[in-house]
Amino acid sequence: MRRHTTSTEPPEEAAPLSTAPVPEPTTDPKSIRPKMARTRVDPASPIEDAEFTTGHARHLLWRAGFGGTPEQIQTLAAWGAAKSVDYLLDVDAVPFEGVSTDLFKNDIMRPPTAEERLAQRNAARAQDEESLARYRVMRQQAERSDRLQIREVQEWWLARMIQTPRPLEEKMALFWHGHFATSYRTIENSYHMFRQNQLFRANALGNYGKMLYEIIRDPAMLAYLDNNDSRKGKPNENLARELMELFSLGVGNYTENDIKEGARALTGYTFYDDQFVFRREDHDSGRKNILGRSGTLDGDGFVTAILEKRATSKFMAKKLYRYLVADLPDRDKDMDAETREFVDDIATLLISKRYELKPSLRRIFLSRRFYADSVMGQQIKSPVQLVVGAVRSLRTPVRDLGTLLDAADLMGQSILFPPSVKGWDGGRTWINTSTLFVRQNVLTYLLTGRKPQGRDAGAAIERYNPSVLVTELAEREPGVRTDTDALLRALARFVVGRDSDSLLNPIRAYVAGATSDGASPTDPRILTGVLLLLTASPEYQLN
Amino acid sequence: MSTEHKSPFTRREFMTTSLTFASAALTVPSFLQRSAFAVGQPSGSLSSIAGVDQNRILVVVQLSGGNDGLNTVVPFGFDQYYRMRPGIGVNAAQVLKLSKAEGVGLHPALTGLHELHEDGLLSVVQGVGYPNPNRSHFKSMDIWHTADTSATGDGWLGKYVDSQCCGEGSGESGTQVAKAMEPPIAIGRTAPLALQARKVVPVSFESADLFRWTGQDASASLSKPYDELVERGVTGDVDPSSNAAFLMRTALDARVSSDQIRKAVSAKSLVEYPRTGVARDLSMVASMIRAGLPTRVYYVSMGGFDTHAGQGGAQGSHANLLRQFGDAVRAFYSDLKAQENDARVLTMCFSEFGRRASQNASGGTDHGTAAPMFLAGPMVRPGVIGNHPSLTDLDDGDLKHLLDFRSVYAGVLKDWMQTDPDSVIGKNYRSAVLLKKS
Repeated sequence: MRRHTTSTEPPEEAAPLSTAPVPEPTTDPKSIRPKMARTRVDPASPIEDAEFTTGHARHLLWRAGFGGTPEQIQTLAAWGAAKSVDYLLDVDAVPFEGVSTDLFKNDIMRPPTAEERLAQRNAARAQDEESLARYRVMRQQAERSDRLQIREVQEWWLARMIQTPRPLEEKMALFWHGHFATSYRTIENSYHMFRQNQLFRANALGNYGKMLYEIIRDPAMLAYLDNNDSRKGKPNENLARELMELFSLGVGNYTENDIKEGARALTGYTFYDDQFVFRREDHDSGRKNILGRSGTLDGDGFVTAILEKRATSKFMAKKLYRYLVADLPDRDKDMDAETREFVDDIATLLISKRYELKPSLRRIFLSRRFYADSVMGQQIKSPVQLVVGAVRSLRTPVRDLGTLLDAADLMGQSILFPPSVKGWDGGRTWINTSTLFVRQNVLTYLLTGRKPQGRDAGAAIERYNPSVLVTELAEREPGVRTDTDALLRALARFVVGRDSDSLLNPIRAYVAGATSDGASPTDPRILTGVLLLLTASPEYQLN
Repeated sequence: MSTEHKSPFTRREFMTTSLTFASAALTVPSFLQRSAFAVGQPSGSLSSIAGVDQNRILVVVQLSGGNDGLNTVVPFGFDQYYRMRPGIGVNAAQVLKLSKAEGVGLHPALTGLHELHEDGLLSVVQGVGYPNPNRSHFKSMDIWHTADTSATGDGWLGKYVDSQCCGEGSGESGTQVAKAMEPPIAIGRTAPLALQARKVVPVSFESADLFRWTGQDASASLSKPYDELVERGVTGDVDPSSNAAFLMRTALDARVSSDQIRKAVSAKSLVEYPRTGVARDLSMVASMIRAGLPTRVYYVSMGGFDTHAGQGGAQGSHANLLRQFGDAVRAFYSDLKAQENDARVLTMCFSEFGRRASQNASGGTDHGTAAPMFLAGPMVRPGVIGNHPSLTDLDDGDLKHLLDFRSVYAGVLKDWMQTDPDSVIGKNYRSAVLLKKS
């Protein structure tokens, strides 16, 4: 099997995923696209640069990020698969503003100082109702401020996903957030949520093992799964259970006894204020036997035992496959042989690279499987993917971040508020008749500023200009300026990823009607109409 | 089988043929014939499943947060009640007495339910719960929704609706002709787990205004092409089991049900409803029933019952919740009676758990176990069904349940929905006799 090696030439272009590089001229990829061979090919074998079409580039940008503009798609198509994937993976080579730890206030929910605690105790003892009431009000004020701050963190993250020139970094941060799902609703500490989010970003494309060692020290996670109350003699099993069931091994690969013993290993792992604290006096330092490994294991020993299990690599390979490639059946035996082989290959790569993620991600993004017809344009976008992807690819105004967050919530995904430690189920569970309307209508909002309840005050100021899409599409296909049908097909391929007649015919009819008075089809009003229709199509929900 | 069957759900077939469809392995689109449901007409002509009266409707009202059963159906005849609840116990003199029931009565704020009881339209099912009760809202709610104490699997009403659809187990190659049951409708931003299963996708909406595409507001000329786009159904170039096909079916569903539902709920109700959320939701359900929608399962939720602190007694925050709930159900049945649809509609009310027998230090109650359920409608056995759970024989401070909630579900499925409950909730639960012998 031919293995792809890292491209040696550094990408000299300035961050093409945020700015506008000059695209290299390309030949029409369709003319060089070979028919997919019907003979059995190794699904993990890499796609050749010569096979890499604009359609493939579009697909890569959606799955390894949040979609791209026509110009970005053309840039990647010209680069070829290997260079494009390397560019997306090498996030550190793309400059972007760092995230400072003091971006948000860290003292809103700080624990009381020793003096404050003493004063409160004294007030309670003296039944000083006035002071006690004052403390209560202070607490409530802090909680209110913190709820405002978590909203700011949500808006900041959404904005970052929209603006980042390193889309894969945020895409993987979102993956880890869904994997190590922690909800503000339970922990009520916005700064801890922010710090956890930063952990996911710093390790987004790093090392899964490292992430696991870090997560048992993460204040938000320790609070969420009650490990801050876990002491020698009365261990709390919550973190130990989810660490194996949801974060690493999966159900069936550990015993109830492993949970009990694992919980002992995690006793004393807690935090004070914003810092992890190991409380030796609360830690059970006795012998334990976890997953076949025995000794006076602590949390790190527990994590090491987990990482040594083949089941962990398989679980993570499947989880990555589901997020980046396609859904999988619940049971392994329902997987077809090729898929099983592919997932096994990724699992082996994870283990052999000691859980470094980039080799596996590279393998996935370059594989023939990733570009198969059964994969391309077949995944249902998450609400965040839908919203961020629409702004990034169509270049709509961002309008109001709060409105976008509300819409994502209505569609079933409120970032930093996952429904449970299982995260979001995703796939078809995103879709029902009401979420489908919200999905269509949030696109109306982005394209026109119109909300269901009425027009946004800023809509007139922030007018969307769709003409830039035509300009970019014309770079590769000058005919779109003169041939209306070529324009509509190019728009459909770009926006929806397909140009079937059943999709296009209603839109052709709309354009014919709208241009019957002599108006140009590239009139912004008509183009916006076309985009409203394309984004309201059922197919638009897929990427 | 010809290749045409690759895509049985074209728009044309939807709009022009009948409820009949082939291929059982697919989620089933709803509201197959939108022209069929003229406002005010009963949907009897659409009766589709042999042996099942299509006209029967089940409305579920969920009280979220854990309703305090002991301050809802008050055991005023038991001194122990007042000993355990010195601050929040409801004075015996204020309790609304239930004829034929000794020592138990309704909270004074439940005048609405009391009127229903006096009219023979209410049954109080005592002491409902399940073994090894779970005190997590989330988990216990899932247990009630799945009818399974592992809290996993499909929703019980979803399974019921699926079981009425498509002929279970006929497989992808199945060519049998089957009839679809309409998807259940939930009022709320998302459909509850109880309605989720494999084949029939539930409909949910918070407000009918949001249940439409807003793009057409930008230009009227977009309406027609939009209709054409979403009414394509599943096009021939798409694998019928793919996500694309699933989306095309759901989009068609949304399009068709949007029209019907918005038209239905825009009609003025026949009676005045209180100005509360739950009353508004039930009035929408009544309007959809009146409009002749063939939907057979509706779901309404009301929150706020997690009364850990300062819940009050005869008055206070819990009393306010009960009043909203009781008055809304009362108005709902007045409306249904005015529509002459009351005999078609059974309403079942539940909460994920009751609360602990004793009040806590904050003048509230913490998460508990067994609690009463209410059934409403002219078909119920009126009065109190079952004894009140003992206030002295407690399980670590909690009431012991006397009736498994799955027996209530089984009774509703068997005697009202006229289906075999075994296929939905298993064989382990004897169905409770909750309805009048017909």
